[in-house]
Amino acid sequence: MLAYLIRRLLYAVPILIGVNLITFALFFVVNTPDDMARMQLGVKRVTPEAIERWKAERGYDKPLFINPAATGSAVFTDTIFFAKSARMFAADFGRAEDGRDIAREIVSRMGPSLAIALPTFILGLLVTVSFALLLTFFRASYLDFWGVVLCVAMMSISGLFYIIGGQYLVSKIWRLVPISGYGGGLDAWKFLILPVLIGVLSGIGSSTRWYRTIFLEEIAKDYVRTARAKGLAEAAVLFRHVLQNALIPILTGVVVVIPLLFMGSLLTESFFGIPGLGSYTIDAINAQDFAVVRAMVFIGSVLYIVGLILTDLSYTLVDPRIRFH
Amino acid sequence: MPFFRFTFLVSLLLLLTACGSEQNDPYPRAERGQNILYSAFTERPKHLDPVQSYTEDEITFTAQIYEPPLQYHYLKRPYTLIPLTSDAVPTPRYYDDRGRELPATAPAEAIAHSVYEIRLRPGIRYQPHPAFASDAAGQPLYRNLDREQLRGIEKIADFRATASRELVADDYIYEIKRLAHPRLHSPIFGMMAERIVGLRELGAALQTEAKRLPADAWIDLDRFALSGVTRVDRHTYRITLRGKYPQFVYWLAMPFFAPVPREVDRFYHQPGMAAKNLTLDWYPVGTGPFMLTQNNPNSRMVLERNPNFHGETYPCLGDPEDQADGLLADCGKTLPFIDQAVFSREKESIPYWNKFLQGYYDASGISSDSFDQAVRLGVGGDVQLSDEMRGKGIRLLTSVRASIFYMGFNMLDPVVGSLAEAQTKLRQALSIAIDQEEFISIFMNGRGIAAHGPLPPGIFGYVEGEAGINPVVYDWVDGQVRRKPLEVAKKLLTEAGWPNGRQASTGEPLVLNLDTTGGGMGDKSRLDWLTRQFAKLDIQLVVRSTDFNRFQEKVRKGAVQLYYLGWNADYPDPENFLFLLASREGKVAKGGENASNYANPAFDQLFERMKNLESEGPRGVERLAIIRQAVALLQHDAPWIYGFHPTSYTLSHVWLKNRKPTEVGHNTLKYQRIDVAERQRLRQEWNRPVLWPLAAIAVLLLAMLLPAALGYRRRERSTARG
Repeated sequence: MLAYLIRRLLYAVPILIGVNLITFALFFVVNTPDDMARMQLGVKRVTPEAIERWKAERGYDKPLFINPAATGSAVFTDTIFFAKSARMFAADFGRAEDGRDIAREIVSRMGPSLAIALPTFILGLLVTVSFALLLTFFRASYLDFWGVVLCVAMMSISGLFYIIGGQYLVSKIWRLVPISGYGGGLDAWKFLILPVLIGVLSGIGSSTRWYRTIFLEEIAKDYVRTARAKGLAEAAVLFRHVLQNALIPILTGVVVVIPLLFMGSLLTESFFGIPGLGSYTIDAINAQDFAVVRAMVFIGSVLYIVGLILTDLSYTLVDPRIRFH
Repeated sequence: MPFFRFTFLVSLLLLLTACGSEQNDPYPRAERGQNILYSAFTERPKHLDPVQSYTEDEITFTAQIYEPPLQYHYLKRPYTLIPLTSDAVPTPRYYDDRGRELPATAPAEAIAHSVYEIRLRPGIRYQPHPAFASDAAGQPLYRNLDREQLRGIEKIADFRATASRELVADDYIYEIKRLAHPRLHSPIFGMMAERIVGLRELGAALQTEAKRLPADAWIDLDRFALSGVTRVDRHTYRITLRGKYPQFVYWLAMPFFAPVPREVDRFYHQPGMAAKNLTLDWYPVGTGPFMLTQNNPNSRMVLERNPNFHGETYPCLGDPEDQADGLLADCGKTLPFIDQAVFSREKESIPYWNKFLQGYYDASGISSDSFDQAVRLGVGGDVQLSDEMRGKGIRLLTSVRASIFYMGFNMLDPVVGSLAEAQTKLRQALSIAIDQEEFISIFMNGRGIAAHGPLPPGIFGYVEGEAGINPVVYDWVDGQVRRKPLEVAKKLLTEAGWPNGRQASTGEPLVLNLDTTGGGMGDKSRLDWLTRQFAKLDIQLVVRSTDFNRFQEKVRKGAVQLYYLGWNADYPDPENFLFLLASREGKVAKGGENASNYANPAFDQLFERMKNLESEGPRGVERLAIIRQAVALLQHDAPWIYGFHPTSYTLSHVWLKNRKPTEVGHNTLKYQRIDVAERQRLRQEWNRPVLWPLAAIAVLLLAMLLPAALGYRRRERSTARG
């Protein structure tokens, strides 16, 4: 197991370098260091000298990938790419272009993001799995048919509609919770209840259909018939046998998402005024803040890799046949 | 069943939530009934350090905290400078190159130096701050802190001891030196280095020092001399400028020239501070009526009353209509009126608007989404509030912004540029053909006025009525301004050598290229409309959409033919608009702000004369005459198609008092007053929760689950035989 983990972690290194390289290339195809300087210094009354000073201070006056003026390893190390990327592998994200500490910003935004993403994830999973089991129980009945119709209808509606509709009904017309905002501590729940409900509701359609398909496939297997033949109640068959055996495909889609919950949701956070990580990357792209963009992409990649490893590990928990060597 | 339990719990929670009033109140319960103004911001401020802060998002905060020597009178229009921390608006003294004093009427060419002496009012004190705290021996308490001592300190409020001290002239001198600090990148350094004697040299010396020291090390600016700024006494300092620059007093009303105490700068430069965002850029320190006590620019920023504020009273003089608008009712009362201002971040316009309607924001702009709900346009183009808004007692405040949006011609372009007659007539023809009034009506909901020249209303030199129209584009008919008929434009086009949009000699069609940013779905209708305007003259318009960076690069290199740009005034002086067309500001040749690269020696001469004259007194008449000549020249040459001056619409609730729109003075928070009891009453009235939908949802869920429960029960009880 340990050897497997180490091997997977080592695989991650070239992946992260590649992601960094692509992010770097894509960013600098669109933005030059001059553009970044102008964005930070403003468009009014900026002199060429000020731009040069800004670039020199932040190390953007060097070549991008290869420094022909340098000798030895400095040909590669005395470049923007190396200078900006190497430190990230030591989790040193440095400062945003406006001078603020990125790690600090990420830590402060992670809490609000998780406050929405975690309950939405857990509740969503509970609701959709339960609903899918219910539909499976009533398979090929009117309940199943109308349940699937409802799911198709729900998954056909845009997430934005749920948000705007939810805000309109619950906050504006019924005046039950604030339309947007965020408060720390105990005050937080009144801001979170609506986005969480909307998050759960908007995910019901697609997830339920997916889980229902998995359960239906599973319920046709021989061991289920055996369980029924033993006289087990249908609920016990579904929850104890079908659910457990259907966990592998469910975990494949679910566990990989868990680390990414830290990254937040752009749309939800934006509309509900939640100061999370979801909008941090977009704000940075709009502000041409390469330091933040590369840090967020890097963290996203790391979390995704962690998610994939966790998924593999979770298989061993639900299926005793799977072991890593 | 988990789903059933979940639904039940959620319903219960919602029911509990709904017990009582104002459940949708986004603010803590403890704030109810408090004298707090609630506002919102869309973009997070990047810089709160006065030496860097330049945008509107930033000055909303910095203007309430920092006090430069001067400010604008809150009510008087045109905008009038009055003292803030100084005892008077300084009058410059002029000297020739031998140091001999010259009279105020001396010609600008004879003036080698202008000296502004600023005398501060004694007794003004800073907000409480740990940088001022000292120990029993009188030594700074928080000096030479190491990372260990900073453990547990995450924000300024975590420092236990605070103190204050009196504002002195040295603080202003220190800030002027900071303009040259190479690590602060002040946007006005380049411009001020040309004006303030010794600032460029200081910048060079600091640059050398910065290279010598580690990246985060503090540079003691007091070790470096700035010959053009000197201390006269504890409360007086002098600024020496090269030549004559009457507009300098306007800069003295901006945060760039606000005081920064040396010990505060020193305090924030201790090791480990920046990593905790403990910087002047994050926690400003000033003498103004408010101090920033919460700074979470992702969510909420709070300004609280500065207990050491020197006291100021509400103005008693204003414009004639101010009396009727109730803006003089608080004459002579001590400022500020509010205890706190809470700014919440709202990135989306829909929640912002709805919270305003619920009374949770005291004022709001009007986005295009909510325009029809808020405002009705009358037959005559007059603007009225909708019945819903009037029913809530909401008031509408409008003001024409000190801005201009225009379509510029690149005067270096062989087809549309140059001052030759043919090209000039082509530009004039296009100026007539593009119907700005229609544009304002269709795309701006009428929120703007068509521009007749570069100067917006409210700026010295702007002329109303017949005398102020652009005679190239408009006629004055029956007391009304009327755009010239299209035939005039076609005639001009023919005279320009392009009859029916084709070159007279070759028959080639006239194709013009417009460079613009965006080009997404939202811009399509605008660009389609513009294409049709050109088609009225049988001219083909090619729209070259690009991102903002490439667009700027093209403008810098002169690789555009036509482009759209705008300008917001830094200060209310015609020089701040006319300089955009001075040849010494040519974008391609000098990297300046003249994106059209317009160069007309006659205009330059008028501009140079105009900028050195004052608007007040006998020189004002001369200045006005020169401005009118310069504007007439610009109207004839048409380097821009003068687009429009936008009108800002603001809605404010009935409980918000003393609100008058202003375009250049930003320290307006101290004048605002809240009728807290009225706000509380109306909020309660508007926000009673509606409970029946919860019961309806619960019934609906039960109705949906009941067949499932019954079906489950039936199946479980059924036998193999049924």
